[in-house]
Formats: sequence, C-alpha cells, structure tokens
Amino acid sequence: MSRYEINGHLFAAEPKPGQCLRTFLRDLEVFGVKKGCDAGDCGACTVWIDGKPFHSCLVPAFRAEGRKVTTIEGLASSGEMHPVQKAFHDAQAFQCGYCAAGMVMTVASMGANQKADLPHALKGNLCRCTGYRSITDALNGKCNIESDVAGKACGASLPNPFTDDILTGKARYTMDVAMPGMLHLKVLRSPHAHARIVGIDRTAALAVPGVVAVYTWEDVPRRLYSTALHEDHLVDPDDTYMLDNVARFAGQRVAAVVAESEGAAEAGCRAIHVEYEVLPAVFDPVEAMEPGAPLLHDKDVLTKEGNVYCDLKGEIGNIARGFEEAHAIHELTYSTSRVQHVHLETHGSIAWRGEDNRWHVRTSSQGPFAAQKKLCYLMGLKARDLHVFTERVGGGFGGKQEMISEDLVLFAAMKLGRPVKWEWTREDEFLGGTTRHQMTTHVKLGARKDGTLTAMDVRVVSNTGAYGNHGSETLAAAMGSPIAAYRCDNKRGAGYAVYTNMVPGGGFRGYGASQTTFAIECAIDELARLLAIDPMEMRRRNVVRPGDNIESIWQEPSDASFGSYGILECLEIVERELAKGNGVAKPGGDHWAEGTGVALAMLECGPPTEHRSGAEMRLLADGTYHLAVGSSEMGNGITTAHKQMAAAVLGVRATDIAIINADTDRTPYDTGTFASTGTVVAGKAVHIAAEAMRDDILAFASRHTGMDPVQCRLENDAVVCGDKRIPLDALHAAGAKTDHHFAVSRKAYLSPRTIAFNVQGVRLAVHRVTGEIRILHSVHAADIGRPINPMQCRGQLDGAVAMGYGWALTENMVHEAGHMVNPQLRNYRIPAYADTPHTDIFFADTVDSIGPLGAKSQGECGINPVAPAVANALADATGIRFAHLPFTPDRIFAELAEKP
Amino acid sequence: MNLNTVTKIRRPGSLDEIGSWRPSYAWLAGGTWLFSEPQIATDTLIDLDSLGWTPLTATPDGLEIAATCRVADLHAFKGPPEWKAVPLFRDCIDAFLMSFKIWNAATIGGNIVMSLPAGAMISLTAALEGVCTLWPRDGAPRTVPIVDFVTGNHRNVLQPGELLRSIHLPATALAKRYAMRQMSLTRLGQSAALIVATVDDDGRDFLLTITASTPRPIHLRFERIPTAAELRHAIDERLPADGYFQDVHGSAAYKQHVTAYFAEQIRAELA
Repeated sequence: MSRYEINGHLFAAEPKPGQCLRTFLRDLEVFGVKKGCDAGDCGACTVWIDGKPFHSCLVPAFRAEGRKVTTIEGLASSGEMHPVQKAFHDAQAFQCGYCAAGMVMTVASMGANQKADLPHALKGNLCRCTGYRSITDALNGKCNIESDVAGKACGASLPNPFTDDILTGKARYTMDVAMPGMLHLKVLRSPHAHARIVGIDRTAALAVPGVVAVYTWEDVPRRLYSTALHEDHLVDPDDTYMLDNVARFAGQRVAAVVAESEGAAEAGCRAIHVEYEVLPAVFDPVEAMEPGAPLLHDKDVLTKEGNVYCDLKGEIGNIARGFEEAHAIHELTYSTSRVQHVHLETHGSIAWRGEDNRWHVRTSSQGPFAAQKKLCYLMGLKARDLHVFTERVGGGFGGKQEMISEDLVLFAAMKLGRPVKWEWTREDEFLGGTTRHQMTTHVKLGARKDGTLTAMDVRVVSNTGAYGNHGSETLAAAMGSPIAAYRCDNKRGAGYAVYTNMVPGGGFRGYGASQTTFAIECAIDELARLLAIDPMEMRRRNVVRPGDNIESIWQEPSDASFGSYGILECLEIVERELAKGNGVAKPGGDHWAEGTGVALAMLECGPPTEHRSGAEMRLLADGTYHLAVGSSEMGNGITTAHKQMAAAVLGVRATDIAIINADTDRTPYDTGTFASTGTVVAGKAVHIAAEAMRDDILAFASRHTGMDPVQCRLENDAVVCGDKRIPLDALHAAGAKTDHHFAVSRKAYLSPRTIAFNVQGVRLAVHRVTGEIRILHSVHAADIGRPINPMQCRGQLDGAVAMGYGWALTENMVHEAGHMVNPQLRNYRIPAYADTPHTDIFFADTVDSIGPLGAKSQGECGINPVAPAVANALADATGIRFAHLPFTPDRIFAELAEKP
Repeated sequence: MNLNTVTKIRRPGSLDEIGSWRPSYAWLAGGTWLFSEPQIATDTLIDLDSLGWTPLTATPDGLEIAATCRVADLHAFKGPPEWKAVPLFRDCIDAFLMSFKIWNAATIGGNIVMSLPAGAMISLTAALEGVCTLWPRDGAPRTVPIVDFVTGNHRNVLQPGELLRSIHLPATALAKRYAMRQMSLTRLGQSAALIVATVDDDGRDFLLTITASTPRPIHLRFERIPTAAELRHAIDERLPADGYFQDVHGSAAYKQHVTAYFAEQIRAELA
C-alpha cells in the first residue's frame, strides 16, 4: 500500500493505474473535491499538492504518493476558516456553491501579482451562477451580508444558510455519498443522427469483467413519455422511449451497461455490437417542413403534420391595415444559436431499495415531484413506493427540468436489487442533455412617423430537435411576452416547432422568450433608426401600460396583470446611467468604434400552464419553527428567501426557521422550480403557510389565556396576550397537553400572474479590423417588485446578465451533420472571469400587489435583454445590423472590413 | 479524468528498461492532456518524471529545455541580460488558454508533441528557432528544427515510441529583439493567431513565425526587415487561402485576415 497524506491524515491506499487524483480523493470520501468537467477546464477540483494548486482531475493519482494533499476540507485550521473562506462567506461569493471549493483553493494559493490580475489568474475557474461579481467582491474584502434581526428578515441581505458547509466542503451535492454495493451505469450513445437499430449483440459486453447487466430497448418498459417536467404532462408530447430501436439524433442513448465500476461499464459500452440501418437525416427545420423530408416520428393516423410538432398562429386587429397605416417598415430575419446550460454539477442520479422496502432516487433535479410522477408511470410503481429527493443541487438553469438521468438508474436498481449510480460526464451533457432551442425569427414591424407601432408580424421557426419535450411551451413563450410587451393594434404571429435530427431543445432560462426578445428588440431599434427616433423614446412610447390589454397574438383574456409597473423607471435608470457614464473610455488606436444600445424584456411571472406548490409549517418544542416546502434549491437562493418570508410573517429571525425542501417524502408537493415560480408560487405557499402558523399560534394562545384574540400578538420568540408574555416553547408545551400540534399546511396556485420587466444598457467598443468586442459599460435595471433578499436578487441578475453575454458573444454549440464538434468546455466557451463585464444593477422602486410580500420573479428574465442590447450597441457603433447570434469576431469581421 | 483502460504505470529509472514499444504505450509527462480525454487505445503509461531530467540548462550556446520541464519552471526562468527574447517566454505562456495551475503540471515537451496549431510552446520555440532532440526507440538521437517537427494539426515527425528529449534554443535567437501579437475569439482564450517576429539589433535576419492560424508553424525569413508590401506578398505566396486552419476558435478566413494584420503591425513595430 502506498501512503498518502490528505488534509493532515495519513491514508494507506492504492489508486488504480490510470486513476486521477480527483476520483482517488473522492473514493476516500473526500467529497469536497468536485467535478465540473473532468478535463482541466473548470477548476472545481482544485487541490494543493505540497502547497501548489493543481487541477486534480489531470493529476495521475500515483504522483501524490508521499506528498501533502490539501483539499477544501483541510483549508480551515483548528476550526477557524481560512481568510479566503471568510471573505467568500462575507461576500457570499457563490450561488449554487459547486465551484466554490475550487475557487477558494485557487484564490487561497494566489500571490499578490495574481490577485492584481484576476482575468489571468482565474482563467482556470468557471462559475456559471455569479457572473463573478461577488467573487471580485470577496477578493476586495467586501461584505455583502446584513444581520439577521427578528422581525426584519424580509428585505435583508441575509447569507445563504448553507454557507459554512459549502465553503468548507461539507455540503453534500448529488454525487457526494458513498453506498456499499454501488453499481455504476453508463450509456452507449448513437453514432448516427438517424438510424434504425437492426440488431444488438451484447455477448461481448456481458463478458467484460465487472459488467452485471446490459439493457436495450428490448428490456425496458415500452411506454411513450416526454422527458420534459411540467405539472400537466399533457403539454409535452409523448414521443420518447427510455431506450428505443430508432436513434433520432447523434448522442441518443442506445443501451445502458451496469457494472461494478465505471471503467467496466465504459468497457461494456464499447463491447456492445450494434447493427444500424442508417436513415436519411434532416437538421434544418425549414428543410424538415418540406414535403418529402425524412420523417422523425410515426405520428398517429389522424394528423398529417409531418415534422411540425407544434404550430401556433394568431392575429389581433388587422395586420394588413396596420402596415398600410405605417410610415416606416422594418423587416428582417434574425436567428439565435444553440447553447447549453452548463450547470457545473452535471446530471446524475442514484437509485436504491431502502430498508423500508421502498425505492429511493437521489437526484439533481429542478422537479423531483414531477420526476416521481413520471417514474411511477414508467415503472408501474405506486407513488407511495417511490421517494425522489435532492440534497444540494449544483445549478440548473432549466437543464434539470427534464427527467433524463433518473429513469435508467431506477430501472436497473429495480432489476438488480442493488444501488445504481449514473454520473454524467461533461460530454454527456453536450451530447445527451438538452439545449436552448435554436430559433429563426422573421420580424416585420410598422410604425407611424411619431413612432407609434401600427403592426407587428412575427414568424418563428424553432428547431426542437429529435424530441418535442419543451418545444411547444417554449414556442408559446416565444410567441408571448416579447410581443405582448408592446401596445399595438395589429399583431400577427405564426410559430412552428419542428422535429429535426438534432439534439433536443429543452427548457433554458428565458424559455423561448429570449429568442423572440432578441429579434423584436433589434427590430424596434431598426424601426426607430428609420424614423430618426431615439431608441429609448421609441420603447417608452410603445411599451405596454396598465389598462392595456396584455395580449400578443391572441385576443383571449389573459390572467397576466400588473401587480406593479416599473418599466418606465427601468428605462429612465438605464438612460440616466448610460448618459452619466462610468468613465471607461474605448481603447486607444484608430480602429475602435463605440456604440450604445438598449433593450427591454417583459416577463409574465410564472407559466401560463398549471403550477402549484405547498408548504407546511410547525412550531417545534424549542420554540423555533420548521418549514417544509417542495421547491428545489439549485443555487437560486430560494431556501434563503423562503426562510426570510416565513420569518417576516412570524416576526422572528430567518435562522429561527429550519427548512427542508424538494423531497417527496418530507415536503408537500411542488410542481418544480422553473418558470420563475420559486418566489411567486412556492413563496406564496410559504407566505400563506406562515400566516396560518401565526393565526394558529395566536388562536391557541387566546384559548389558553382566555384573552381576546385581538389582544394576542407574536413578539419574536414569545406570544404576548395582554400583559402576559408566554415563550413559544412554553406555549408548545401547553399545546402538547391538549394534543394541539401547531402544524399547518397551505397550497398555492398561480393565477393571476404579475408582470416584471428588465432593461439592459450596453456601451461597447468594436475593433473594425479584428472584430473584437469590448463591453465598456453594462447597466441593468430590473422591475422585480420588493426584493426579499436584495443581495441574492442582485446575484441572480449578475448571473443572468453574464449568461446573456455568453449567449451574445462566446457560446455556440457547433454541429456538423448533427454531430457536435466542440463538446468540451475548452471548446465551448462559457464566460470566464475575463469575458464577464461588471454590470451596474438597479431595481425599480416597485412593491407588487400580486406577488407574495410585494415580490416578483427575478432569476430568469434578466438574461433576455442582454443579447439584443449588445446587437443594438454594435449597430450603433458600426451602422451594420448583425442579426445572427453569436457575435464572435470571426462571424462579424468580414462585414466590418467592408465598411470601414 | 480516470483513464480506465490503463492497467499499468511504468516508472523506469532508465529508458533501457522499457523494451520493445507497443502501440498501447504512452509516455506520461505532465499528463494534462492525457488525462483530459479518454485514451481507450492506451493500457500503459510510462512515467518520464522518474528519469529525473534537469528542466533547464543555460549555456553560452543557448538554453536546453528538457521535454519534462514544467511550464511553471520556464515561466520563472531569468536569462542573462543579452538574451533579450526571454520575456517572450512569459508572453507565450500567457497566451495559453490554460491557467497557472496547469503550468505546475504541464510540460514544454508535452505541449510540443501534442502538435496542436494553438500550442503556445510551439509558437515560442519555433519563433526562437528551437531544435528538438529526438530519441528513437532504436538508433542514434536525431535533431529536427521545431518548425519542421510539427507537420500538421495534431501531427508531427515522431515515430512510434520515439521520445522528444529536449529543445535547444540557440543563444543567437535568444539575443534578438522580438514583437508578438495574439488574437482569440474570447478574452484570453485559445489563440486564433499567434504571430511573432524576431530581428537582430542591426535589423538583419527578420524572422516571422506564424502559428495558431495555420495547421503548423510557418517561418518567413528575410535578410532585412521587409516593407509592408514585401511581407504581405511573402505571406500570400506561402499561405494561400486554404493554408489556414479552420476550427471553433476561428474561421480560416478570419485567421488569414488577422495574420496579415498582425504581421504588418509586428513588422512596423520592429522596423
């Protein structure tokens, strides 16, 4: 046995010959060492060897023999956090926290020179949540948190309740558990974009030492379903089998191998012999709509829709008349690119049979309850026999609004009776996860001389890929709020979600609205230019107002309603800030052109389809509270917000509320944390449950003391009835004698939906020769109602805006004939520290009358105005309209060079 | 990541212990590329660290860089004052996509034998007229200029089992003035073009090295600093439009465009 010193402890262990240090440490249950990419790109696995930082995924484990290895767990000394951990605590320099261990280990190893040049020094550390702003704050020693004062929890910038665990490596993410007898699952993915499986020979795979089972389409339940998670499963098409005999995209799972080790499972996958009949494939949705295009799905006999999975059409007013009335018309085709969520924690699930003889699935999901329902349907299980839960989830962004890792592990566990784990690789994410839908949007807008819009005509073609999942809902969103954001008498739209042999689209922050917002916000700018009207004024003149019908292309009454209205204030803030400037000049030299652009986005807070949440509260014997809510926490900070909302109602500190979330055994039902519902639906459930808790306590206290209820009130940890003060623990004890439980439950449903706005302003410089773009000033104003936790709200916007810059400037999934060319983070660039500009973030001073405690949704919509604001600034700088994302230098230089 | 097909690590004290070479063998230097992708054709890693080569040896003739020299060691190197090109070491190291943490593991030799267009150590050693010493499995060591060592994207002259032992940078090249430009589609990202020129103090022996924008490094040598037209002509003659490397880090047309732009900037800077 070799000797390894890890965090001051000696271990005698022998790594496997090709094992990297990362997994060797995790095999020793040092779970603070994370995997974001397993390829040296993201830095989540950073550890020190003899005091020097290394990406442990790239270090051959044997090389650490006899050396001192320090991980995040070993950074604190004698119970005292390292100064960098403290700085990250005070600045709250994380959201999901998955990158934090590697980030802290990297920063703690830096010298002064490196700290002075963070763009270089943080090249090897990716964060998808924060936009790096709070990380900069940590390095600058900034404290972003406020104290937790009883009765003042709501509106306070309180720290994440799991901060210490996250920063010391103790927080347990989905894969951070060891289990005796664990089996490992890997899938064989289709090498063909479209092929029929003629035969599968698994003999050689089963002969691989360690392989326990091989499953193909012949073994699994033949039940059609959709991987998309929604309350109403009928909104998504049942077009998917767990394993199928037809591969409809390159990367579709063809077979699953379960083995004693990941290595054996991989070897088993390589040993499977599959005979394919390669079929003609189609990748472009317009071509896929043509007669004679290869058909992806044999639809039922009653419809003849070809590859068009969903179409949506509507008209209000009279579009032809609208254009007749117009003095200026702008018409252009815009397109957006296919991008991936890149939550740093990949998908992964573990399933096992418990001592209670029930099935348990530990997973990384935004919707454990919806996943449970689907799993029950697929496996023929009763809900009471299946427990699905999350512990800590490392980012979601819509990518985990999908049941794509749970089904196979549960199936294998049920077949084999042993725990089965499937941990996705980063490549799995790119090949077999979902993406933002690529959309092509033709926009025609007309306006009168004074800028008043007279006609909006929008045609959207969405490439939903091989499976429909979120195709219709994202299309509905694409045809919704971006068009409804403007008052105009004549609107028409046609949208098509089309099957192709591409990796499927899915839910992604912004959810279809992002794509149309890009097109319309660019078009509004062009129309303003034609009319020589200031783009800001153009928006002010036309944006929807209270009293208007909130309608896009359908005239039905909408349940969206203005609980508050802050768009004009947002426009004013961004206009003011851009005019004021930030003192950053464009770079020196002749070739830099400078321009400014703005864009707005509207969000109906919550989905138009069903969504519901429940919350339960209890007063505990020690006089503190317990809150159970089904909502998932994936770095969105929703557990912090829920604690604050409950604490506000009950007049206590947030820390007096213990919380459990996202667990089908231990919390009430929640549809899932997506579609901007964490605050406005789950938060509403928490709000009314806390009110019920308060009322229950006061009613009991009134009966107990014989005082009139109006003379009873809660005061921090006691109830005061007249001049009598009863501590809550004493009250609980009194209740226990009469079998009063102090337990309440409430449910929330979403209707009406309030409306939020975001406005982005960008000043940039573009180099006319190299095409390089530098963001000089980035301003964002959000109309999100009352911020429950201003620091967290700002953090959500920092992250959303950074993700928007990624979509606009750096990210692009490149495919050739349906095969992804760049499925690695070094070739698919999410914004690194150096790419991410600082954004000045402001809130409109609104308090909402619909959202709980005056709040509106805040995590999602911030991304939507970013790309069009960049495009508009680029047009302002160059006079050229770039209509196709992303704006990488090699995609824009040619046009710049033509018109110097 | 784990290399699950690897079943054996060999840590030889001398290369004689290795015996006959098999296609499933791989030399292990820093491991930063090997461990970043599955290597399913490999079952044995032969650890070069155990050979204990001295990373850097400076002599009046120049600098000998062992293949196993860590990037961090080269970054820390301080040469004699007459070696005016030493700051180019850091300029090129900074052009890496990878972080300073990778420098602690990655080797100069590893980057060169990967032979990727954007290999910044190829840019550096090619610009400084480096010469590789190669140890074949059988026969005498041979030397090959870096600019000829790399023959294309991920291709080089190494024979199976042949080892890159070291790179020699001649003192004459290290004494030259230089200028460098790099372009990436993203901030501090992977190079779309990395162009260097060196020139003697008296304006003689102008050597333009084009890397990253082409599948392999390209040298264009001029007796004296050329005019803008001469330089442009020489580039276009040597590199037609299809001579550039197209990938997700830049289209071929773009790389051609910025290569010409930067080459002229560099020429003007050194003139």
